[in-house]
Amino acid sequence: MAEIVLQNIQKNFGDFTAVENSNLKVETGEFFVMLGPSGCGKTTTLRMIAGLEIPTSGNIMLDNKNVTSLRASQRDIAFVFQLFALYPHLNVEKNISFPLRMQKMKSSEIKERVREVSQLLRIEHLLKSNVSNLAGGDRQRVALGRAIVRRPAAFLMDEPLGTLDTEFREKMCLELRKLHNRIQATTVYVTHDQIEAMTMGDKIAVMNQGKILQNGTPNEIYSKPRSKFVGSFIGSPSMNFIPIDSAIEKGATSIVIDGNEFNIPEQHEGTIAEKNFIGIRPEKMTLSENQGISGEVYGSEYLGTRNVLTINTEVGQFKVCVSKDIKVSPLENVKISFDSHSGIIFDGTSDKALQSDYMTI
Amino acid sequence: MAKVKIENVSINFGTTAALSNINFEVKNSEFFILLGPTGAGKTTTLRLISGLERPDSGKILIDGIDVTKVQPAYRDTAFVFQQYSLYPNYSVFDNLAFPLRSPLRKESPEKIKQRVLEIATLLKIENKLNNSATELSGGEMQRVAIGRALVRTPNIYLMDEPLSSLDAKLRGNLRVELKRIQKELGATILYVTHDQIEAMTMADRIGVLREGELIQIGTPSEIYSSPADTYVACRLGSPQINLLPKDLFGFPEIPAETKTLGIRPEDIILCSSEMEGTVRGIENLGADTILLLNFNEHEVFAYADPRKTYSYGDVLKVGIDPEKTLFFDAQDQLISA
Repeated sequence: MAEIVLQNIQKNFGDFTAVENSNLKVETGEFFVMLGPSGCGKTTTLRMIAGLEIPTSGNIMLDNKNVTSLRASQRDIAFVFQLFALYPHLNVEKNISFPLRMQKMKSSEIKERVREVSQLLRIEHLLKSNVSNLAGGDRQRVALGRAIVRRPAAFLMDEPLGTLDTEFREKMCLELRKLHNRIQATTVYVTHDQIEAMTMGDKIAVMNQGKILQNGTPNEIYSKPRSKFVGSFIGSPSMNFIPIDSAIEKGATSIVIDGNEFNIPEQHEGTIAEKNFIGIRPEKMTLSENQGISGEVYGSEYLGTRNVLTINTEVGQFKVCVSKDIKVSPLENVKISFDSHSGIIFDGTSDKALQSDYMTI
Repeated sequence: MAKVKIENVSINFGTTAALSNINFEVKNSEFFILLGPTGAGKTTTLRLISGLERPDSGKILIDGIDVTKVQPAYRDTAFVFQQYSLYPNYSVFDNLAFPLRSPLRKESPEKIKQRVLEIATLLKIENKLNNSATELSGGEMQRVAIGRALVRTPNIYLMDEPLSSLDAKLRGNLRVELKRIQKELGATILYVTHDQIEAMTMADRIGVLREGELIQIGTPSEIYSSPADTYVACRLGSPQINLLPKDLFGFPEIPAETKTLGIRPEDIILCSSEMEGTVRGIENLGADTILLLNFNEHEVFAYADPRKTYSYGDVLKVGIDPEKTLFFDAQDQLISA
């Protein structure tokens, strides 16, 4: 298994910069997710790791070996595509064994490997079936099997669950992660779905417009986003950004919103802009009896375990997660308060998070 | 708007029973959602009400009047399809005005203009009225498609998964909007979907359909907290309810006919008893952490404290509140307390 390192990777397509000066390190055995909206450069990065694209500049290291100019076939990496292409005229067994037969492996060994992989993926009973008769999930397993059977140094996956329906995707997420725990292969997984990223990744790199904005554990990225983009891209419902009509100075411990004073973690830097934002997760907001931002309930969504309220205020529309036992109806007047320990100040000009007692990364 | 009643309706396509003996009523100004997987009969139900299909048996009543044999045009229903089809050569305004210009209705131009503006404002597309329908984003096109139904005040709006082709964020926003518009207009809506979150968040009442049979009707919280059977229990809630053999926890008092225990992941309490489970899966969703625990060779989903860190292989203590446990019998039916 392998460690993957990208050093100052840049990729231009004509005048267009697809990936800009990217650095990252995927440790041996890690499940690493690259997350971002379409067009952010995540698939291009993956294709460069695979050797399907050559970077304009920078180096790609696989286990300390520079592979930047090696062909895809010489890199010992398996790629699982978004649309799993199986050979329709071959049965499951032949599909899985295909890469080994291409390597001219001994047939007894091929048999042993296919048996092992099909057991792992629980598709032993399907080995003789025609792939065109399989259900979506089984086809996906066969595609995975064909990647695993080679025992490559690393797996690269490009939205392999993108085409499956919601319920099934949740199941496959769990299954993929369990498989990873068993075989412990270094995996780079690309997706635009933040839930997939959060549920499966050991680490997540959030990309936008060709740049890696932040990389860390799911928990870090969720609770301490370094920019407004990361804060709003991760989490559903999204992080709330409440505007603040003043500059915030280094050492500040409180802010004023809509005439109410709120405590915030002590700030280690000041803002440049005059108009800034404080980012608060919906579950860190509460309805308050006394002091708070006044608003009117716009909508209430019951989700079984909780209610998500949409509240209109003078300073914007916010989402608040409350217990399922709290019932409010549209047009009701409420006051919103928030947990003062986890508020993050974002500079209005740069959209960057300011360092504070809480925001330490 | 009107109330719509379906009485003992059945329809077969060849040898397949698409709907078998369906009964339900959508009350005036109610948001009623039919929830079911592909092939459950959701769209067929909408087509029957609009008159695009005829039932083999049973009746359809609109405001108490039997319309089973009435032509679609005279039933006065408005249909929103899953795939929005707008007139590409028309502006947004003309698309919205189209149903009002029907020869059946003969509305005056001033009245048409006023109504289109009203609905466009409600849907927040009032500044796009002069755009051509092809110069819109996917979300805007779907708003126009919904708007084209809303400009009329028919007996009932029939909506066939209108949000399913949109991306997650936009879908989330439109859910809140649609619910608000429905309340504001006092609209009667029959909406079908396979998405349990849409059903839970928007419906006044939900009807759960499976293979042409209507299994349960109730408010979202009724269906969530007392599902009629294990199928309904699994349809609502993500992660799914845990279904476990009755003797797994050694509860002292359970109904005699119990075969299966149903426990929602949020009702599994960590760190409170001497029973132990091993962590096999961790889903860190930010606001929640969901663990998959291996418990006496059974897999159990549980909500955990998102502020704590868990690792694969950790052994945790697991407790269950017998009060919050659902009991199902050998036929998978809920045993009511």
